[in-house]
Amino acid sequence: MPADEQGETTQQEKRPRSRLIVRLAAFLVAHSILVSVLCCIAGLISFLLLPVLAKNTYVSENALMPGSANSMFSSQDVQKANRFADDIINGGDAKASGIEIARFIHQHMVDVGAESYYHKFHPRANNFQPLHFFSSITNNLEMQDNCSSTSFGLNSVGIIRAPRGDGKEAIVLVTPYNSQKITKTEAFSLGMAFSVFSLLSQVTWLAKDIVWLAADSQYGEYAAVDSWLKDYYNPAFLSDTGNIGANACYEENNHHLDVIKVEGPKCNVYKRAGTMAAALVIKVMDKHEMEERDSVTIYAEASNGQMPNLDLINIVHYLAVHRQSLRVRIGSMSYFLKAAWLKFFGEMLQQIGIFSKHMNPKWKIDITSADYVDGTATLASSVYYQALGVPTGSHGAFRDYQVDAITLEFSPRSSLNNENVRYSFLLRGGRLIEGVIRSVNNLLEKFHQSFFLYLLTAPHKFVSVGVYMIPFALLIAPLPIVAAALFSDNGNSDAKEIISGSWKWLRAAKVVFMIHLWAIIVSLLPYLLFQLPLSTAIKLTSVWAALAICTLQMVYLILGTCSYHCGWKLLKSVMIAAASIGLSLMSIINFSTAQIGAMLIVPMCLLVQPVRKETQAGIVLKVLSVTCNLALALVGFPPVALSIMKGMFEDSGSVGISAFWEWTQILWTWNSATYLYLLWIHLPCWVLCLHIFLYPCTRRSSKA
Amino acid sequence: MAALFRRSTVLPFLLLLPLLLFSVSPLACGKLINDGGEGGEEGEQFAEELLLKPLPDRKVLAHFHFESTTPPSADNGRHHHLFPKAIAQLVRKFQIKELELSFTQGRWNYESWGGSDSLSSTNAKPPGVELWALFNLPVKEIDATWKNVTHALSGLFCASVNFLESSTSYSAPGFAFRSNVSNIRYGALPREAVCTENLTPWLKILPCRDKAGLASLMDRPSIYKGYYHSQRLRLTSSELYGIILEQTLTVVLQPNSKRNAAHSSLDVSIQPSWSISSMFNKKVAGSCVLAKASRILIELEKDIISKLEKMGHGDSWSNSVFDLFPSPVRVIKDFNSLPGESNSILYEYVNHNEYEALDVGIKWKIPFVWSSPHAPFHVSRFLMGSGNERGSIAISLQSTKLDEELVHKSQGCTMQVVIFQVVPWYVKVYYHTLQIFVDGRLQNSSDMIEKMQVTPSEDKMLPGTLELMLKYPCSVQSVILTLDFDKGFLHIDEYPPDANQGFDIPSALVTFPNFHSSRKYVKDEFSTDSPLLRKFQEKNVVLSYTEVLLVPLTTPDFSMPYNVITFTCTVLALYFGSLLNVLRRRVGEEERLLKSKDAAKRGLIPLLFSKLSSKIKGQNPESSNSSSLLGSKFLIIIVVLLAFLWHYFLN
Repeated sequence: MPADEQGETTQQEKRPRSRLIVRLAAFLVAHSILVSVLCCIAGLISFLLLPVLAKNTYVSENALMPGSANSMFSSQDVQKANRFADDIINGGDAKASGIEIARFIHQHMVDVGAESYYHKFHPRANNFQPLHFFSSITNNLEMQDNCSSTSFGLNSVGIIRAPRGDGKEAIVLVTPYNSQKITKTEAFSLGMAFSVFSLLSQVTWLAKDIVWLAADSQYGEYAAVDSWLKDYYNPAFLSDTGNIGANACYEENNHHLDVIKVEGPKCNVYKRAGTMAAALVIKVMDKHEMEERDSVTIYAEASNGQMPNLDLINIVHYLAVHRQSLRVRIGSMSYFLKAAWLKFFGEMLQQIGIFSKHMNPKWKIDITSADYVDGTATLASSVYYQALGVPTGSHGAFRDYQVDAITLEFSPRSSLNNENVRYSFLLRGGRLIEGVIRSVNNLLEKFHQSFFLYLLTAPHKFVSVGVYMIPFALLIAPLPIVAAALFSDNGNSDAKEIISGSWKWLRAAKVVFMIHLWAIIVSLLPYLLFQLPLSTAIKLTSVWAALAICTLQMVYLILGTCSYHCGWKLLKSVMIAAASIGLSLMSIINFSTAQIGAMLIVPMCLLVQPVRKETQAGIVLKVLSVTCNLALALVGFPPVALSIMKGMFEDSGSVGISAFWEWTQILWTWNSATYLYLLWIHLPCWVLCLHIFLYPCTRRSSKA
Repeated sequence: MAALFRRSTVLPFLLLLPLLLFSVSPLACGKLINDGGEGGEEGEQFAEELLLKPLPDRKVLAHFHFESTTPPSADNGRHHHLFPKAIAQLVRKFQIKELELSFTQGRWNYESWGGSDSLSSTNAKPPGVELWALFNLPVKEIDATWKNVTHALSGLFCASVNFLESSTSYSAPGFAFRSNVSNIRYGALPREAVCTENLTPWLKILPCRDKAGLASLMDRPSIYKGYYHSQRLRLTSSELYGIILEQTLTVVLQPNSKRNAAHSSLDVSIQPSWSISSMFNKKVAGSCVLAKASRILIELEKDIISKLEKMGHGDSWSNSVFDLFPSPVRVIKDFNSLPGESNSILYEYVNHNEYEALDVGIKWKIPFVWSSPHAPFHVSRFLMGSGNERGSIAISLQSTKLDEELVHKSQGCTMQVVIFQVVPWYVKVYYHTLQIFVDGRLQNSSDMIEKMQVTPSEDKMLPGTLELMLKYPCSVQSVILTLDFDKGFLHIDEYPPDANQGFDIPSALVTFPNFHSSRKYVKDEFSTDSPLLRKFQEKNVVLSYTEVLLVPLTTPDFSMPYNVITFTCTVLALYFGSLLNVLRRRVGEEERLLKSKDAAKRGLIPLLFSKLSSKIKGQNPESSNSSSLLGSKFLIIIVVLLAFLWHYFLN
């Protein structure tokens, strides 16, 4: 029945009007060029407007009650911190080995009545493991290290059991220090943590246990914290290097065995303290130029753009600003602070704001130019570090186990050698840490009230996921429309081939699939490279590139002439479809990567055209399109994109082939999904764009 | 915490209270003092004792022990002179053979407060509420009786013990808890908060309450400020001895409250001196007149005594290390040990003088360090893994024998360990994944396990219970057991109000059946007379409780009901809308209709425009379609512009 009727209707000259949604889609596809230009520009502008749209932060969880109690951290505690730091600094010259400092810290922990133990770990080798992004927990058995390896670090850990608590939850304090060469600032961070720790051992209000981890950062801060956490959550029981083994290792490695042995094997038994509620990493930075106030810098980005709960940052900001009158900072990009075009844009926004205020006092777009530039610089750094997928400090190790953690980096208003500066600095720092711990201690449930998906534009301003999704959605919206337009365009142009044309896209899909397959192979090539006896980064990179080009040649050989038979429009539409799927998938995993990637890929994908395409347009337009294509292709090439990013975002970025190798190495050692994105989505897209750019249109033209 | 209990069970007890008060009225008391003095064994008796013990980590343990007994056949019918009637009725009504209820806050520190003496093995309890009961009833009736008991206790002690009523929260242990008996039930509530609300009804059971005698020391701020607070009630009833009610309160206190004292090196190492008045802010003013005995004991552990003996002080209470004040009435020695080893010593004070306050205390003179007796293995339990999907529970036993000698001495022996673990149903433990690591090597579990009994959990019905008896040589240094589990999903209304905190797994109980804590005292009148010493002479199995674990489960976002409602409504509307569309639509008919109407039909908005313009112009809408449309557009633009300008100039 329906078939008959359909036949009837097609015979009719005047087709009935289809439904509204279909008509709308057809309208969009028909005006795809206009729509894509509009959407792209709107996307870019709305991304630049994000600092204007940022909201003020607020403490969402009522149980936190920051600053509701008076601080108990007194001048005596400051003296304690001072004495502790001085002891470490003065002892540092005599004590050649790092074990002495660990022992010193351990002894002090025991003296304040805490349970304490040493945690011994072996540094992790830099293996190629980008696929571990999918399974963040590494296998225990892999981590086996034999006792004979001479390099090991020694963390000292202290636990205060809450007097009347049930020991189900814990708060972790981390102070990284380099045991081989301890600096003055590290000594002060240890002193600050110790004074807070000893204060907490006497208070009666504790409900959660307190763990202080003095992490030996001679193999990197992250490695020390990470290995401790690994033993906390996924301990390897199948080890022969238990207590006895650890002792044997000391015997081999150093002559301080007798000291360790006197304290008994008890101090090597790993102890735990329940589920972690939050973790604070404390660091001290010394500075020599004068400033008005002491300041604290918050680092929050963990691996793959994960952020701690916003409430944790909120309480730090609230306590620092309103209780301790510290200046709170978060990372910002100095390039943007100086950029003239941004300043101009800010001025414009300010004018618009003033105008709109004239129009209606209720419209609040009042942002000053300076605020805007600051906000953009902070936002840029927030996006950049999230996009890299590499944690900005050792707090990142906690996020892998769903623990909210941030790094607090304190810096005094002038040099720490000044007694007065040091006193007020330690007092403020200690009170801030105490306040944050007390606030987290009040927490009944784990952090869940506030945001997890946000971008910071200032310490007290944030853009939530609902707002920052809009620019990305606008950027990515033209892709499916243009793909559909190209597909239908191709179908319409060859009216004769309409029946066979419906399956023609499969050939294009084959090309796209093969290129993606090639990209996956390229991403796995470093496995092979590590087997080769190559040392320098330049050699490794060139071999990698050569192998990649070889395999690309092989892919072309396999494809044969098939790669040029499908028509560039179909190829482009399939490529755009693949890119849009890849970008939307990436936006779920790491939004910032997808955002930056979209800004690079989308114009490239939309504008690409074969050079040899014959057009009716004038020579000017042609030249313009070719130069645009060339420029975008150049910018889109991953190493070039990297060096531009580095030049823009990082102040001291060395640019070169070795830098690229190091960068990729960082990405895969941190299990960053950005590596996968770059090689599985960005690279094939770029290659296909080049392919289309160099597409021989001769066959088609001769036919036409 | 507000106690939640059924009103129906409270009422009878409220009615009982006047009766109870009457039974302890002064009239009855006068008679009883005489009875107690002369009658001896037959009548109801009450005794109160307080044990004080310095602990190695500068803290002091205070253990209040009250015991009331009633003979099996009540001479006076249903009336009692001393014994609390509520308890007697409870025992008779529910045929309780044994029952123990404990309210605990804080954790017992097995490492520094001792784990193998009888004080710790009977009084160290898991945090929260623990209740077990042994019934003298046929198996069929036990579950129903247990439910009633929980409600009765919940009313009596103002606590949410009635949450143990649900079958998901209690279990029937096989061999691990008590030797094979089927009429026992065990339940624990780790999250129950303990406060004065629970102490007051507990004190009401005592004949003198806290108005006189040792109980008057219980100054609320002092005893709740401690590091460990465990209030316990234990009932034993038998045909032969009648009902014995044992009430104990164990607190661990920090004697020196001087927080900001300058810590010089000497100050830190010397033990703090303390006395009853400094710890409780009160003094003992006479004994409870109804009590047969009222004593205060100070215990010094065997490590102290052996160190004193080495210094040549013996058992004197006034030496170069410390002074006990005032001088004790008697020194009681434990005789249960190998020759050449020292034993703990009790110093006794009798509390009878009403007018002269007894302020027992100790004054340390020189720094002195000792350690408490440990259980053979230190037990800890922890969770492994992260994420909301799965994880594993690990129970680790670490040998506490530090000396090499002891290991050699015990070469031939075997160690027995019994583990009793109850897991709520939403933590789905896979018992076949049990792995046992001995000294870092994976062992075949059948070699280690002597006896095992598993009750798998049943969703929303039964908790999982694991009872395991391990056997291994004494020379083993560490044993670790791991069990994998999946995290279950709860129904939306099963989540507690603070669901995002996570869910508790109650403490596991680890017992060492070949280790007993018992003491022997010289059989004189006194040692049989004192209930506390009698208790010490009983043979108790050494046991330790593990930590409570917190398992984070997946929780729905409760804070967004509005979003959820909106979302579900949208989904429902879309679903039913399209379903109706598909069912009701007749394509052929529709197209026919469209064809007939197509010429005349226009969009809704243009139609509106045309109608509007036609009204304005007063023309026929059909005649001038295009011109009216254009005109209306212009008109609208002009109106908008005007409005805009007007607004601008107005402001």
